Amino acid sequence: MCSTVADKVYTIVDRFRDTPGSLIPILHAIQEEYGYLSRDVQAMVASELGISPAKVHGVVSFYSFFTEQAKGEHEIGVCMGTACYVRGAADVLEAFQNQLHIRAGETTSDQRFTIGMTRCIGACGLAPVVTINDDVYGRLAPDRVPELIEKYRRQ
Amino acid sequence: MENMVNIVIDGEELSVPSGTTVLETAKKLGKKIPQLCFLKDINEIGACRMCVVEVEGRRNLPASCVLPAEEGMVVRTNSPRVLNARRMNLELILSLHPQECLSCVRSQNCELQSMSQQFRVEQTPRIDTDRLPLDVSGPIQRDPNKCILCRRCVAVCEEVQSTSVLGALERGIDTHIGPAWSEALDNASCTYCGQCIQVCPVGALSERDDTARVWELLHGEDHVVVQVAPAIRTALGEEFNLPPGTNVEGRMVAALRQLGFDKVFDTNFTADLTVMEEGHELLAKVADKNLPLITSCSPGWVRFVEEYYPQLTRHLSSCKSPQQMFGALAKTYYAELAGLTAQQVKTVSIMPCTAKKYEADRPEMQASGQRDVDVVLTTRELAALLRQAGIDLARLEDEEFDAPMGASSGASVLFGRSGGVAQAAARTLSMAYPERVKVGADGSVMVDGKPLRVTVVSSLGEARRILEAVEAGTCDADFIEIMACPGGCINGGGQPTVFDQDERNERLHARRNVIETLDGEAAIAGSHENPAVQQLYAAFLGHPLSEKSHQLLHTHYREELEQPDSPESKAILSRSTAD
Amino acid sequence: MYRAHVLVCAGAGCVSSRSRDVRDELVKILGERDISEEVRVIETGCIGTCDLGPVMIVYPEGVFYQKLGLGDVAQIVDEHLIRGRVVERLLYRAPLTEIVTEKMRDLEFFRRQYRIALRNTGVIDPESIEEYIARDGYMALGTVLDGMTPDQVIQEITASGLRGRGGGGFPTGRKWDFAAQAPVGQKYVVCNADEGDPGAFMDRSIIEGDPHSIIEAMAIAGYAIGADQGYVYVRAEYPLAVERFQLALQQAREYGFLGSAILGTDFHFDLDVRVGAGAFVCGEETALLNSIEGNRGEPRPRPPFPAVAGLWGRPTIINNVETYANVPPIIQHGAKWFSKIGTEASRGTKVFAMAGNINNTGLVEVPMGTTLRELIYDIGGGIPGNKRFKAAQTGGPSGGCLTEDHLDTPMDYDTLLELGSMMGSGGLIVMDEDTCMVDIARFFLDFTRDESCGKCNPCRIGTTRMLSILERLVSGEGQQGDIEELEDLAVFIQETSLCGLGQSAPNPVLSTLKNFRSEYEAHIRERRCPAGHCRALISYTIVAETCIGCGICARHCPSNAIVGERRNPYSIVTELCTKCGVCLQECPVQAIQKR
Ligand SMILES: Cc1cc2nc3c(=O)[nH]c(=O)nc-3n(C[C@H](O)[C@H](O)[C@H](O)COP(=O)(O)O)c2cc1C
Ligand code: SF4
Ligand code: SF4
Ligand code: SF4
Ligand code: FES
Repeated sequence: MCSTVADKVYTIVDRFRDTPGSLIPILHAIQEEYGYLSRDVQAMVASELGISPAKVHGVVSFYSFFTEQAKGEHEIGVCMGTACYVRGAADVLEAFQNQLHIRAGETTSDQRFTIGMTRCIGACGLAPVVTINDDVYGRLAPDRVPELIEKYRRQ
Repeated sequence: MENMVNIVIDGEELSVPSGTTVLETAKKLGKKIPQLCFLKDINEIGACRMCVVEVEGRRNLPASCVLPAEEGMVVRTNSPRVLNARRMNLELILSLHPQECLSCVRSQNCELQSMSQQFRVEQTPRIDTDRLPLDVSGPIQRDPNKCILCRRCVAVCEEVQSTSVLGALERGIDTHIGPAWSEALDNASCTYCGQCIQVCPVGALSERDDTARVWELLHGEDHVVVQVAPAIRTALGEEFNLPPGTNVEGRMVAALRQLGFDKVFDTNFTADLTVMEEGHELLAKVADKNLPLITSCSPGWVRFVEEYYPQLTRHLSSCKSPQQMFGALAKTYYAELAGLTAQQVKTVSIMPCTAKKYEADRPEMQASGQRDVDVVLTTRELAALLRQAGIDLARLEDEEFDAPMGASSGASVLFGRSGGVAQAAARTLSMAYPERVKVGADGSVMVDGKPLRVTVVSSLGEARRILEAVEAGTCDADFIEIMACPGGCINGGGQPTVFDQDERNERLHARRNVIETLDGEAAIAGSHENPAVQQLYAAFLGHPLSEKSHQLLHTHYREELEQPDSPESKAILSRSTAD
Repeated sequence: MYRAHVLVCAGAGCVSSRSRDVRDELVKILGERDISEEVRVIETGCIGTCDLGPVMIVYPEGVFYQKLGLGDVAQIVDEHLIRGRVVERLLYRAPLTEIVTEKMRDLEFFRRQYRIALRNTGVIDPESIEEYIARDGYMALGTVLDGMTPDQVIQEITASGLRGRGGGGFPTGRKWDFAAQAPVGQKYVVCNADEGDPGAFMDRSIIEGDPHSIIEAMAIAGYAIGADQGYVYVRAEYPLAVERFQLALQQAREYGFLGSAILGTDFHFDLDVRVGAGAFVCGEETALLNSIEGNRGEPRPRPPFPAVAGLWGRPTIINNVETYANVPPIIQHGAKWFSKIGTEASRGTKVFAMAGNINNTGLVEVPMGTTLRELIYDIGGGIPGNKRFKAAQTGGPSGGCLTEDHLDTPMDYDTLLELGSMMGSGGLIVMDEDTCMVDIARFFLDFTRDESCGKCNPCRIGTTRMLSILERLVSGEGQQGDIEELEDLAVFIQETSLCGLGQSAPNPVLSTLKNFRSEYEAHIRERRCPAGHCRALISYTIVAETCIGCGICARHCPSNAIVGERRNPYSIVTELCTKCGVCLQECPVQAIQKR
């Protein structure tokens, strides 16, 4: 592991050292910085906090927000909340999957797109909803999917 | 006066201290409620839901292991609803369980199996899940597919041993138990203490099965000698339906002879030797004011220090464990006596301990120029071996250990329980050097007129507490005895597994009694009086801490071993390349 | 002094409909017309009319503009703000009646509401503590610290009849009392903003739209039980809520409403935000505590209850966001006032998040006991496309469905429980006739199975079993006995699971079985999906008599499953058909039948 990563991890751990129950905030901060939580990083956090790697990995693998793999450049999140489901989110998901030739949870081989399913993001009025990075698209019909993907591909 | 509550269980009324669980209360009435996850004080998580009961006025069926008795509570432990729920629960567990009972090491000693039989569960549809890879990297082996997620191992590893090697990973139906990233235990700072095996209700955790290797040796050309640790004779009988607390020393010797070992020796012999070596090391360190000295005869404990407190290995006694002293001597001293070469002698040891398998495999353990100990079996494996050979231990006549490595003192057998090493050392030193070492009636020890503060702990959790204190400088002990398993070797990770916690405690008590009896009945009390040990020093080693002793009976720890140009590692390297 | 105020909704729904751009455009045009000094633009939290966004309300008149595009902004400025003429075109037009409504307060959607918890959301700028104070904010905290004993506070809350809005409906005053009774020492106040029920978003709206009301309430709770530290646990999916809340915390500290010696008294209290990490079960209170402590979010057995041994083993109260939002008004207006609203056993109001197949999706707050019919038809504007109402799911994945027969039952805790559903957090998903209830049950089971923490057997394995049966049903492979097995499993999981997640996971199955058993039977016995939803059970055919042989369907079929010659009837090759339904939409003469 290159030392700059290690230094950053140490800085983050130090920032939360006095926070009770600091593990989850630390993992959030590191994931924010690097996009994912590698094994090395998890092991560093464990040794810095003096807890066992099994505990750190147990927490990382429990919460669906934490990821151990690098994600694609653009993260597509198809909301699978009830309101969105009732309004056809499954078809939207299928459209993304067909268009990008990957399944939900996977990343395209060129590392450009990751498709994920999100829990309700609370924008049920606009169901079905899809987030791409920080943008939200409401009332998304499956036939708009190719155009959306094209838009991000060009970015 | 404790606060009491009145509760009715299956129509019987009784009064228990408030805070008592319904499960414990039922036990007082002689009712055993089935349980798959509960371990008192260790794993009280209410996860398996086998112990559910019906409580009047409640809609659901609460788990009795975590349900405190309340005033006026009316409980039914075996109503139709309860029994149905338990049966359904078992069916669901089985729908995920690889039903490989025929080839499972825990068959007939499996809580899930016996419960399923009791409830006569019917075949349930299987739920397809991916097979998880096995971990067969070392002496402790895991089959996560058999795991029923009771988490007892997790709790023991964390709460009792403070090692937290195992944990729950992922969630929901994907939940599984393992070291971080499902690493092999070998890479996960596991100490191989085997306490997790002791609590696993099924066959998901077990020791590496080395019985086949022993058969191979027995059927081969070599001269095969066996050594038996002090704690084996206290527990082996349990495997053959003898009452707990039966001393089977003589029958065990007979059985081993029947198996075909050329010599049946006693690890007690090298326990006496350990007392001699470590006792003298202690006296030297007292003189040098280089304290505390910490015992090193428990390999799980040694690995714990190396993994978690490497900076403190310098406090460890340099003595090898009795098992390794035996191995080194069997292939040198004994080989010479028997007119054999080191290569011709093979050593098998029967240990209550899973970590001893690891210890025997440590690269530096070849003082004789050969692997000092060839194969290590646990108590359980020995029982399996005997059963394979059709030998019923219970029916055998007592026999005696072979000479010369079969003679021992009362002090040596104390090694089988927590506190025994310290006691044996104090006893021997005070008898051998009455002018320097005195033991008071209360067990307190004086050396050269000054009190020697002795601390005894067992379990790695306790060990950690002491090490923290040593590091913080708040520990004033001069001599510390540490054993990795709670209570010592009588409760080792390789001893017979017992489902029921109460029964397990009773058995520990009974095993301990055997040790006390053996010590009481021993012809000689102190290790220095063991004539075979005296002979060994006279004819071979010279004196305690002699150069030869150092070469064969003492060792070095990882910190030193990992210094590439230290004389120790050079010595090892040259030896292993010579191999 | 401003002569006009323009409220632009910045709730999550509107932001998703680009309300930020509309706001920027407004500010820009006001500047160009040189009237920035006269008109104040305020960004508010969620107004509630989520499907009409972006929306804008122009005061003093209170005119409500909706579905705004960037191009509409200049017209509102030039016509309304400069010339004083309302822009008809952008007003709300009811879907069925076509009636146009000008003023926000006259909208049916708002007229029937009674806003206590939502009193400030959509009205004030959530980033301004001054606006909160201007609407009597922190008065209740003042009242409490200025002369009420902790005991009196608890009595007031108890007397109000306030029950927890997070799902269980446990009396809030009683909960506080337990924690207050615990021996003096470190205690904690926790706010549950995990809002896991997919389809509910009131907690998000309150935190984003009125964060100070939660801070104030938690300080009051801290005073009442003797705690000096609180935690707000917000789900990771709500970054804006976290941001707004953190800002509010900072402001409250600056103003002396948090920290030491609050309002000059010797009461100390402070708050911290903890962000969840994507686990529904963390809404369960003991799992939430484990999560705050930095562990896996697995529930703990109860007893001991959190009020006795909670966070780090200390006495802790956990309440829902909406529950807290009710606290300051109760203190301010008195328990008597509050207890007059709602029904006998369910006092006050409830916020519902209406979504699914309903015209006006959004957030509404109504007195407890309002009927489902009022909610769906009067406030919600009915079902789109004139379809028939089939069912409404309350209580999310832990709840059940209500049917046509239940349209006139009052929505309160106990009635819903009796009907095999539950209030839950107030999510209300409306489903029309095209919804297959077996598939809905499968959807919820899929959710709970995915979100089960995996600690206890009944939930971990039982939901997996149930899901596999349901999957079998919707893919046309149901077997005799499946319904009975579902029922057995359901009862077993309810009775024996460790926590509320498992205990309530079978509810959607049991309630759809109770109300729509014939749909299950049709899936098994007739291999038919009555709602025409389950792909494996439907087939498309072309009615030869109607087909004009135009071939449009064949051209659109993505899997080339339609064959034929022009001017002759086409037909569908069943083996190739993926049942996407494109042909059905494309056929100009409705010759394609779905069965
Ligand atoms: C699986 C599960 C999920 C829950 N999710 C939430 C939630 O998202 N928000 C919430 O306030 N309460 C939730 N609850 C209820 C909480 O456990 C708890 O009862 C509630 O926060 C107490 O607050 P109240 O009394 O103010 O309602 C959930 C319960 C269960 C069993
Ligand atoms: S052998 Fe001991 S240290 Fe290793 S996993 Fe088991 S209990 Fe933990
Ligand atoms: S390995 Fe054994 S003890 Fe550990 S959780 Fe699995 S079944 Fe329980
Ligand atoms: S009921 Fe489900 S979520 Fe709750 S403890 Fe059991 S497995 Fe976990
Ligand atoms: S023994 Fe009680 S839940 Fe497992």
